[in-house]
Amino acid sequence: MSTQELQIPLPREITTEPRRSDKIFRGVVTIGGLSSLVLLGLIALFLGYRGFEVLRQEGIGFITHSDWSISTDDAGNVIDSHFGLAAMLVGTILCSLIAVVIALPISVFSALFLNFYAPEWLKKFLITVIDMMAAFPSILFGIWGFLVLMPSIEYWAKLLHRYLGFIPIFDMQVPVFTRSPFVAGVVLSIMIIPIITSVSREIFSQAPLDRIQAAYALGATRWAMIKAVVIPHGRSGVIGGAMLGLGRAMGETVAVFTVLNIVFQINWEMLLGAGGNVASLIILKFGDASPYEIKALMAAGLVLFLLTLLVNGLANLIVKTTGKSGR
Amino acid sequence: MTTAHESETTKMQVPVKPNSLADVAQVLRTPGTKAIGTGLETRGIHAWFGKHHALSNISLGFAAGTVTALIGPSGCGKSTFIRTINRMHEFIPGAAMAGEVLLDGKDVYAPGTDVTKIRLQIGMVFQKPNPFPSMTIGENVLSGLKLAQLKVDNKDDLMQECLERAGLWSEVKDRLGAHGGSLSGGQQQRLCIARALAVRPQVLLMDEPCSALDPGSTLRIEDTIRHLSETMTIIIVTHNMQQAARVSDYTAFFLSEGGPGQMIEVAPTSDIFSRPQDQRTENYVTGRFG
Repeated sequence: MSTQELQIPLPREITTEPRRSDKIFRGVVTIGGLSSLVLLGLIALFLGYRGFEVLRQEGIGFITHSDWSISTDDAGNVIDSHFGLAAMLVGTILCSLIAVVIALPISVFSALFLNFYAPEWLKKFLITVIDMMAAFPSILFGIWGFLVLMPSIEYWAKLLHRYLGFIPIFDMQVPVFTRSPFVAGVVLSIMIIPIITSVSREIFSQAPLDRIQAAYALGATRWAMIKAVVIPHGRSGVIGGAMLGLGRAMGETVAVFTVLNIVFQINWEMLLGAGGNVASLIILKFGDASPYEIKALMAAGLVLFLLTLLVNGLANLIVKTTGKSGR
Repeated sequence: MTTAHESETTKMQVPVKPNSLADVAQVLRTPGTKAIGTGLETRGIHAWFGKHHALSNISLGFAAGTVTALIGPSGCGKSTFIRTINRMHEFIPGAAMAGEVLLDGKDVYAPGTDVTKIRLQIGMVFQKPNPFPSMTIGENVLSGLKLAQLKVDNKDDLMQECLERAGLWSEVKDRLGAHGGSLSGGQQQRLCIARALAVRPQVLLMDEPCSALDPGSTLRIEDTIRHLSETMTIIIVTHNMQQAARVSDYTAFFLSEGGPGQMIEVAPTSDIFSRPQDQRTENYVTGRFG
């Protein structure tokens, strides 16, 4: 026995047989989990299928050119058409970047205030208000932006133009200050403050208590503690929240449509009253579009869809690469 | 035959030695003479969490350069007591306190007191090691300076001095740029001690600093405590009576008998373990409960 060499066995296959109730529950949650993926896939497929003809016709020009014209004969046949999204894509990016630049600091400061400075009763009240802001219909933001915000914001736009005009994006050739991407960006920023605030608040509230106490015990002021513990801990979450906000701003339709002057011309001058975004283009043209133009709008939808996907992918990447420090 | 033999070996292996803790405590050091400050005193400290009265009427004096151990069963208010000393108690929602904490004769709860300055003078080491994970070992040691916006002339010397006093220098001197989280639990706790030392406190509060550590790390930290007590006043909460006997000059016994926690007895450590005045103290230190 002792002289015999030890036979090293193969690892056993370990299996478990779940109970029937567990199997059923597993099935239910799997369906729930996959349904969003399936829906998203179907939408992309639908947009691609409907927009394919236009995309093939226009080629790369669909995202590099800036015209949107279609002419038909009396029988309704398409004679000539040019579809290009470049101006709308620029507008989409410009408006949503303005929105994030304005909303991010406000959201982070209000999240810090809610978590570390606000008394309990005010905190509860403000959280309710901010949550309500998220559920507020976007058309009302649009109308408010048009009727109330725009007249008063012109003054600020003029100030920006006068004192920061040497920076290209604050420059403008024709002094038309109303219905500009700047106004749309401000309206959008108000719409995305709730989501960025709530994501930031959540991540800040998870900052580990033992480290917070360690900082205080070392004689830190509240702000020093926040800088040393809370912000390093929450940085990646805040970036994720900002990207969620950016995604929402890029897809926003009605509010932008109400405020913005939609012009098919690439415009990086944020104070000038000309711009657009892809979603507002769709709502603008959808009502009286011919069947062929509808296809072009579907293709535009697909491009917006891919752009949003790209931003979210980028957000994930940023969160992953910056996420480790501070945890 | 066999039973008699077994009982004999048992006797030999476990010699009866009723005052062993007192014997440990007899090997006493004299309190440090180079300590900064004139010590600490608490007068009639009460503490509440909401309506719950957690601590009642604690009056204790801590002479400069002494080590005082607070012992007692769980939930008797030892940690709450030391957290009232550096005003960490008030961070808990609903927490309240009464009484006075006198540092160099001045009440740390007096209106107009800068609480961050108090916490610089009264440092704290927590039960669970809590280095800042986003900072390197070196940055962790100096983090107190940054947090309190203090300036020093030679940061490297201070860093080395603090790590040496915490007994960690030889283990980390070649990797000061590594992250604090890469150290073992015992090393992390000594890093936290070094961090507390860098702001030069005159009092150091230690809340069960060894309860999450292995015996080797525990002994190292006890060594550190003995060295530190040359120059500062130390108050240590511990569940380990051996530890109290090994490191402290004075021991205070806390107990909660259903109501708020009270201090039953305070005396030189050797007296607490050899001739306690109160029956309840004797029951606890001889292991009859707790």
